[in-house]
Amino acid sequence: MKIVLNGEVREVAASTLSALLTECGFTGRVATAVNEDFVPAPLRDGHSLNDGDRVEVVAPMQGG
Amino acid sequence: MKRFYGTELPNPLMLGTAQYPSPAILEQAFRESGAGVATVSLRREGAGGTGQAFWQMIQDLSVLILPNTAGCHTVNEAITTAHMAREVFDTKWIKLELIGHTDSLQPDVFQLVEAARILTEDGFQVFPYTTEDLIVAERLLDAGCEVLMPWGAPIGSGRGLNNEYALRAMRAEFPDVPLVVDAGIGLPSHAAHAMELGYDAVLLNTAVARAGDPVAMARAMMSAIEAGKLAHDADPIEARDMAEASTPVIGKAFLA
Repeated sequence: MKIVLNGEVREVAASTLSALLTECGFTGRVATAVNEDFVPAPLRDGHSLNDGDRVEVVAPMQGG
Repeated sequence: MKRFYGTELPNPLMLGTAQYPSPAILEQAFRESGAGVATVSLRREGAGGTGQAFWQMIQDLSVLILPNTAGCHTVNEAITTAHMAREVFDTKWIKLELIGHTDSLQPDVFQLVEAARILTEDGFQVFPYTTEDLIVAERLLDAGCEVLMPWGAPIGSGRGLNNEYALRAMRAEFPDVPLVVDAGIGLPSHAAHAMELGYDAVLLNTAVARAGDPVAMARAMMSAIEAGKLAHDADPIEARDMAEASTPVIGKAFLA
């Protein structure tokens, strides 16, 4: 299945959001959104991905 | 000092964490200035997990964390970002930025009020980055905001307080609301000026991070903020047009 992960098209095997994080090596403190909607961490297991989904994975960063 | 959503700040300096020459200098700027609040953000996580080291450093600083929605241009974008920030940083505080103009980074106050209302209903404690407009300020308070953060000047411009009259009016209009001058500070004198007007805190980033010696500038900002607050609390004299001799005239020897 093809998804867009942080703006890049990726071919992935994962069918849920939590599986995607594992597959792509995100192990730290991150937050997620799919198709511009926030997906809380406890709901990632049950969040199925669909072809063409736009997934954002963000982490703490410097800011003003 | 007024409480910010029930929390007393350790001191009135809110310091940004972006644009420092190195993480070590950022850390030292916080430690040596004693700034009690750090603004932070969220960005796409890369393969190297760069965000995790930053998170660890911020935690080690033991400061209050104020995440922002920097770069958001729509209500939906800001709301999704706020939710992600609440989860990652484990705080209800959110510095709500909704940018309306590319060159000035002026807040889009219409979307700001709408987003503030939605986020407040969702349990967030919103710190809105706003203009000096009093009616917008009233709308933000009506939406549930308990803090207002008017700009001094455009973000990163270092111009100081562009509209002292309006900032003074805002202070007078909302005597009990915690007010923060956010953005536009370039020099310690600007920060002192904000505090002399009776503002409760100053939020700045670029003026420190881009200074030749960020650590020294962070200390200078803290000193200025403390001086400005002391001066405000000391009830300064009014300016006047004509001289008034400070040395008593009575008893002066006749030497002419």
